[in-house]
Amino acid sequence: MNGFNGGLLSALALTVGLGGVATAEPDDDSLTINGEIAIVTEAAAPAHLEYVDTVYSGWRFRSDETQAVQMDDFDNPGMLGVELGIEQWSAVDGSEGESCASCHGDVEDMAGVKAVYPKWNEGAGEVRTIEMQINDCRKTRMGAEEWKYNGGEMTNTVALLASVSRGLPVNVAIDGPAQSTWEKGKEIYYTRYGQLELSCANCHEDNYGNMIRADHLSQGQINGFPTYRLKNTKLNTVHDRFRGCIRDTRAHTFSVASPEFIALELYVTSRGNGLSVEGPSVRN
Amino acid sequence: MASGVKPRVKVPKSASAGEVIIIKTLISHKMESGQRKDADGNVIPRSIINRFTAEFNGEMVIDVNLEPAISTNPYFEFEAVVPESGDFTFTWYDDDGDVYTETKSISVG
Repeated sequence: MNGFNGGLLSALALTVGLGGVATAEPDDDSLTINGEIAIVTEAAAPAHLEYVDTVYSGWRFRSDETQAVQMDDFDNPGMLGVELGIEQWSAVDGSEGESCASCHGDVEDMAGVKAVYPKWNEGAGEVRTIEMQINDCRKTRMGAEEWKYNGGEMTNTVALLASVSRGLPVNVAIDGPAQSTWEKGKEIYYTRYGQLELSCANCHEDNYGNMIRADHLSQGQINGFPTYRLKNTKLNTVHDRFRGCIRDTRAHTFSVASPEFIALELYVTSRGNGLSVEGPSVRN
Repeated sequence: MASGVKPRVKVPKSASAGEVIIIKTLISHKMESGQRKDADGNVIPRSIINRFTAEFNGEMVIDVNLEPAISTNPYFEFEAVVPESGDFTFTWYDDDGDVYTETKSISVG
């Protein structure tokens, strides 16, 4: 489960690739969590996708060993974050004497919420990620300090909200007032960045299924975030993952919580409309 | 007590005689190796779970020494054929002297 193991597994995958076994496609495994939550890992591409017919969860591109870790909550280390999130859910914080639970009740009642974020907020006149909405709640309703956007408390709470929506289809709205933000995200997705001049699409649309050195390229779907990565043994946020990807193109990256990443998150999420919410997922 | 340490165990509540059951254990722990340095160049002291044991009705069945290379949140999974109803006791020993235990009962019929 450590970095060494992760490296070893990747090396094995490469050997298989050289052996001539087809690696150009996702595998045929199906995902059921705890033997009861059926996860859709393959769906017809949403209508707005021009170059892809079928969308696949990143789970389908991982090795059997990594896949297995996500199939039982006991094995999934991301659920440790969810457990901390449960404690925070009912913890009173701030000047108003409120907790998340005092307004929202049982966290199970929040099923479906994560599936529709990022989402247009009419009052604020902006597209909001679920992190922004949580911080707005903390500031205006709880009188509490905002959490760091990609900090532990925030990520654990997002993981909690994702976990109660598992199995429900991702369904973010891309039309109406959210459309201009979505268009901006789409433009970023297809723009080449960095010294390597790579766009998101160069890897995740043109070459998913192929090997990028020792790694099996997925479609870059974000239905499984927050994601527990074996390489850094913690829950990773969407924006941190974006930053890592753009850094790998040798570019100056946008910042976490920047308008660019919020737009990109809306666009990339919409590419997975129809897949199940999967967070906290497990990846390498 | 070190912060954020919580043992977890998954044992079936019942099994038939001769059945092979799977036992899963996990303890959330940072497993600081003692090899790393902080931003100022000072060595971060070692802090790991150094021993894990499982007993069944007082009899030792698993006894493991853990070393610093074992990563965060150590997870053990093993199979067992349980001869009779009884209690599993799992024990984790922390470098700082803390001992964490968890007990699970299983009925065999």
